[in-house]
Amino acid sequence: MIELQNIKKSFDHGRSFVVSDISLRVERGQLLGLIGESGSGKTTTLKMINRLEEPSSGTILVNDENILLQSPVDLRRSIGYVFQGIGLFPHHTVLTNVAAVPLLLNWDRSLTHSRCEEILEMVGLPIKDFGDRYPSQLSGGQQQRVGVARALAAKQEVLLMDEPFGALDPITRVDLQDEFKRIQRNLNLTVIMVTHDMTEALLMADQIAVMKDGEILQIGSPKELLNRPDHDYVKKLIEIPRSKANRLEELMDSK
Amino acid sequence: MNQNLKEQLVILPDYFQGHLTLTLIALSLGILLSIPLGIWAAQSQSVKRPLLVGISIIQTFPSVAILALIVALLGGQIGVLPAVIALVLYSILPIARNTVTGLDSVPSDVVEAAKGIGMSSAQVLIKVKLPLAIPVIIAGIRTAAVWTVGLATLSTLVGATSFGNYIFTGLQTRNLVAVTVGSIAAATMAVVLDALIAGVQWIVENRNKSIEPSKYRLIRNSTGGVFLIFCIGTVYSFLPKSEPDFVVGGKGFTEQYVIAGLLAAELEKSGFDVEQRLGLGTEIVYSATANSTVDVYLEYTGTVWANRMKNSHNPGRELVMQGVTDFVEQVDGMVNVGALGFQNLYALAMRKDRALELGIETIEDVIPVAHNLVAAGDLEFFGRPEWITLRDTYDIDFSERLTFDAALMYNALDDRQVDLITAYTSDGRVAAFDLKILEDPRNAFLPYDGILVASHSASKNPTFMRVLKSLIGQISDEEMREANRIVDVDGGSIMDAVAYLQSAID
Repeated sequence: MIELQNIKKSFDHGRSFVVSDISLRVERGQLLGLIGESGSGKTTTLKMINRLEEPSSGTILVNDENILLQSPVDLRRSIGYVFQGIGLFPHHTVLTNVAAVPLLLNWDRSLTHSRCEEILEMVGLPIKDFGDRYPSQLSGGQQQRVGVARALAAKQEVLLMDEPFGALDPITRVDLQDEFKRIQRNLNLTVIMVTHDMTEALLMADQIAVMKDGEILQIGSPKELLNRPDHDYVKKLIEIPRSKANRLEELMDSK
Repeated sequence: MNQNLKEQLVILPDYFQGHLTLTLIALSLGILLSIPLGIWAAQSQSVKRPLLVGISIIQTFPSVAILALIVALLGGQIGVLPAVIALVLYSILPIARNTVTGLDSVPSDVVEAAKGIGMSSAQVLIKVKLPLAIPVIIAGIRTAAVWTVGLATLSTLVGATSFGNYIFTGLQTRNLVAVTVGSIAAATMAVVLDALIAGVQWIVENRNKSIEPSKYRLIRNSTGGVFLIFCIGTVYSFLPKSEPDFVVGGKGFTEQYVIAGLLAAELEKSGFDVEQRLGLGTEIVYSATANSTVDVYLEYTGTVWANRMKNSHNPGRELVMQGVTDFVEQVDGMVNVGALGFQNLYALAMRKDRALELGIETIEDVIPVAHNLVAAGDLEFFGRPEWITLRDTYDIDFSERLTFDAALMYNALDDRQVDLITAYTSDGRVAAFDLKILEDPRNAFLPYDGILVASHSASKNPTFMRVLKSLIGQISDEEMREANRIVDVDGGSIMDAVAYLQSAID
């Protein structure tokens, strides 16, 4: 469970707000898509949840605990974080990358190894084939699978994702989206995923929050957004995948 | 084998030891100092700029000036300490700059991920940033190592033994074999050290890649082997050396090398263990004797009179001698043991036949014909106060004043391209070209009597003083000139010249 209460963020001592008064709640096992254009404040919002940024005011609860009272380092070890840059450690093998958080948490050696084996299997990179490879020896899609595995290795239940599939080619992206959705359901993960791709949000999210200029314009399920967009900007966003779908249909019919 | 080369190789272990010690101490301290500095600078922009600019400025200082400044700041102490300080200062820039560059070039994605998964700042630095920056840092250490080996040759100037002893002695005494041996030795040490660090760098860079194991093993083992040899050399170089009884100092030209050799030989005859520290700057050898790092060296009265006592007038030879004796004793606590007998001063010199033709014996005889004569000076003479004093004292000027490199100047005089040159009275070439030194009845040139200056502590040893006193008044202008000629013109060794002086004295 993640809850944001009246979160504000200013980088210039209150003259302007990148995030102004946001409140939202993600229930356990739900995936919230945070969508908006660049500069809308979606990434800043996400980074405040694992305190890579500090909110200027407001309260953030993760599993009913106020994260602002926790040590940022401990907090981040308990929350998975996946982003477009992936950021695998180039000097470590796949196995060591995935084991990073368990090692930071001083997990027992054999427990760490069996957990890494399990999670690598889950993302489709069996440890016997991939464990000893270095990130430079993997494709982009494989690297992001390792990124996801690293974020989940310490049995994190909350996951923050910042355009995780943005840099992948379309086929790989669709594969990974499907697979990730499956993993999320199986593990009952609570996820906030930042994206600027409305199609991705509609297909993956349980709830979608549309952000613009630091504010949330509308929150609702994909169905609600498609049927009752209560804002012009939301309507426009919805129109994009819809008109694409229509045009594709026309193309196929015209044959 | 060539006798000269054999002589050079005999002293190789000593010089190797000195050079390696300097290099390793300086490089280790440089690394220990520069990497933390680089890490500190990489943390914040406000530190980085001023720090990098600051250490770049140090780098632009001429190395000889830095050495002299450090000796001055240490109150005249010479030897390994000032040399190491200078070398450390020079090694900071490449290592610190590469540390900053290496840390800055770690991809921001990786740093964000490290923070994002919950590493503390220290863990991000130690587990992620430093390991990724290490190849760049090592590249900086390689640069510093090569610079340090090269610059260490300059340590000779402040009295620390290095391969520079070969080079400076060789340059001053025209011993190209010595210069070559010194240069090759220094270059070899630089290449080996560089290759060694390159091997470490390769291992570090390739530890994460699937390299053919046999190739990896080969490079790892050969690096390890060279490293082992280096360690043995290092241990050997740090073995304690026996302290000499006395240290003979000297400045960096032939006459100084010869007299230092004579002093050492005479002291050794009396059973003392003597070390020579030669090629020192005038200021450095004076201060080193004042604080008893050096026990005796050849000084010139005019040098102390003008440079240290800041006198510009010339009261005559005896009064200058008296003034200098009092000054070194009362101000700096040293002892003027006495004059060896020869002078090394600026003078005007002519071909003997040309002087005869014009009827010239003294500088006064030059006055009526000066406007018809071409004079040549060495690179500095016409810019020195000596020239102004000469001109004003005799109211003399020449039709032309040319400036030459000293060696070319003598040839120009010999070829009759010039009529008159400025020479040092004890220069061996005055003897070689059979020149006439013009007398100076009006004392325009300061007297430069060669005197032995002994340190306070050494002057307490009666045997030491007896040996030095036995040399007083024993070496004439002609004999010193001949000794210099043996080295400078005939290409003989310092020991040949020393042997000549010993036979002349007995």
